[in-house]
Amino acid sequence: MSGILNSSIGRKFAMALSALFLMFFLLQHFAINILSVFSPDAFNEASHFMGTFWAVQFILQPILIIGIVFHFTMGIILELKNRRARQVKYAKNNGNANSTWMSRNMIWTGLLIEAFLIVHMSQLWWHEITVKYISPMKEDPTRYYHELVEHFESPVIVGIYIVAFVFLALHLLHGFNSAFQSIGANNKYTKALKGVSKVYSIGIPVGFIFIALYHHFAH
Amino acid sequence: MNLTLKIWRQKNANDKGKMVDYKISDVSPDMSFLEMLDVLNEQLINSGDEPVAFDHDCREGICGMCSLYINGEAHGPDRGVTTCQLHMRMFKDGDTIYIEPFRAKAFPVIKDLVVDRSAFDRIQHAGGFISVNTSGNTIDANAIPVNKQDADTAFEAATCIGCGACVASCKNSSAMLFVGAKVSQFALLPQGQVEATDRVMNMVKQMDEEGFGNCTNTGACEVECPKGISLENIARMNSEYLKASFKG
Repeated sequence: MSGILNSSIGRKFAMALSALFLMFFLLQHFAINILSVFSPDAFNEASHFMGTFWAVQFILQPILIIGIVFHFTMGIILELKNRRARQVKYAKNNGNANSTWMSRNMIWTGLLIEAFLIVHMSQLWWHEITVKYISPMKEDPTRYYHELVEHFESPVIVGIYIVAFVFLALHLLHGFNSAFQSIGANNKYTKALKGVSKVYSIGIPVGFIFIALYHHFAH
Repeated sequence: MNLTLKIWRQKNANDKGKMVDYKISDVSPDMSFLEMLDVLNEQLINSGDEPVAFDHDCREGICGMCSLYINGEAHGPDRGVTTCQLHMRMFKDGDTIYIEPFRAKAFPVIKDLVVDRSAFDRIQHAGGFISVNTSGNTIDANAIPVNKQDADTAFEAATCIGCGACVASCKNSSAMLFVGAKVSQFALLPQGQVEATDRVMNMVKQMDEEGFGNCTNTGACEVECPKGISLENIARMNSEYLKASFKG
């Protein structure tokens, strides 16, 4: 096991595992956010639980942050290494003939998602940390829904949100299957997995965009 | 057919190199791409110029010697063929064709379109074999029962001719399709099991040391491979590597 992160396959594996973890988190995040469309009470209850349960706050939350930072840092390291592997570029390269735009531009879609995450976390996550741990306020278990609605009042925020989730869809359209290939799963289930990948990669970002637009126009 | 060729010319490994334009006329659509280059070279020799150096050997698509990055694709725009099997009928009269060497840090240019692919040989030496005593009493390979599907998949992996189109096509210059095929052809057969752990660890280590990039699963290698080697081989290599890493 020693030095697995020093090998090309080890790094691929670590990249894939962090991606699978982040995709699982995204699904969970979506499951809670979509509640806001159907039932403000259910959304408040789920958010209050996530925001106050110690295991989520002190175990899962740090793991998530490590996962994001790791995936982002490793992505940049791998991109730089890969660029060094071809020092003279082709005068003519027809990438579209053999691969998708998404697969060739993971670094750019990834960087844009990361930029969004910085904005997103500074607006919402940092607010949560502030009211809980920096200048603690009395917990109001019904505040989450109002904060969400207020957040999506701004057309600028909704616009940024839409653009970010379009890039996330492009990132996932390659990343979902790629993660399974990297952990060595290419077998009789691969075809079915490709179907699941399309549903997830398009469905989840469209779902998030729907939630933002719903709250922007519904109130 | 009358064509304009933009060809990479580089005197030697240390030369900077540049694209040079050539005009060629009366090219038959039935010529192979290499025959077209032969005609160009005759033209260059007759006019006292240095002919274009390019790799070739069997000229029937089995040796893996011919290379060339033609109009932005390894072995040109046709599918499932090497450059020697690419015919000029794939192009139109008046076309401009870019001809470049396979580009990768691990495949340095020796001259013009000729690159040094000995990195592949060193990866093979690191583990692409099985140790069989051939001094007599060798057991017939056919005496060991092998599941038909495994035998077929191993054979498909073994059809890799090591041409390097996978590396040339990959945006990361990754050699994982080649190494994946060479690992798979043994991983699927009983004869390959004894040295399975060392094989994958040593071949991947050598691949990394040669300076190839990391696979990001774009699938370009599979599309451009003249032998249709599947990405499944990379996934198999990944799982073999992980198994071997845990073993120790």
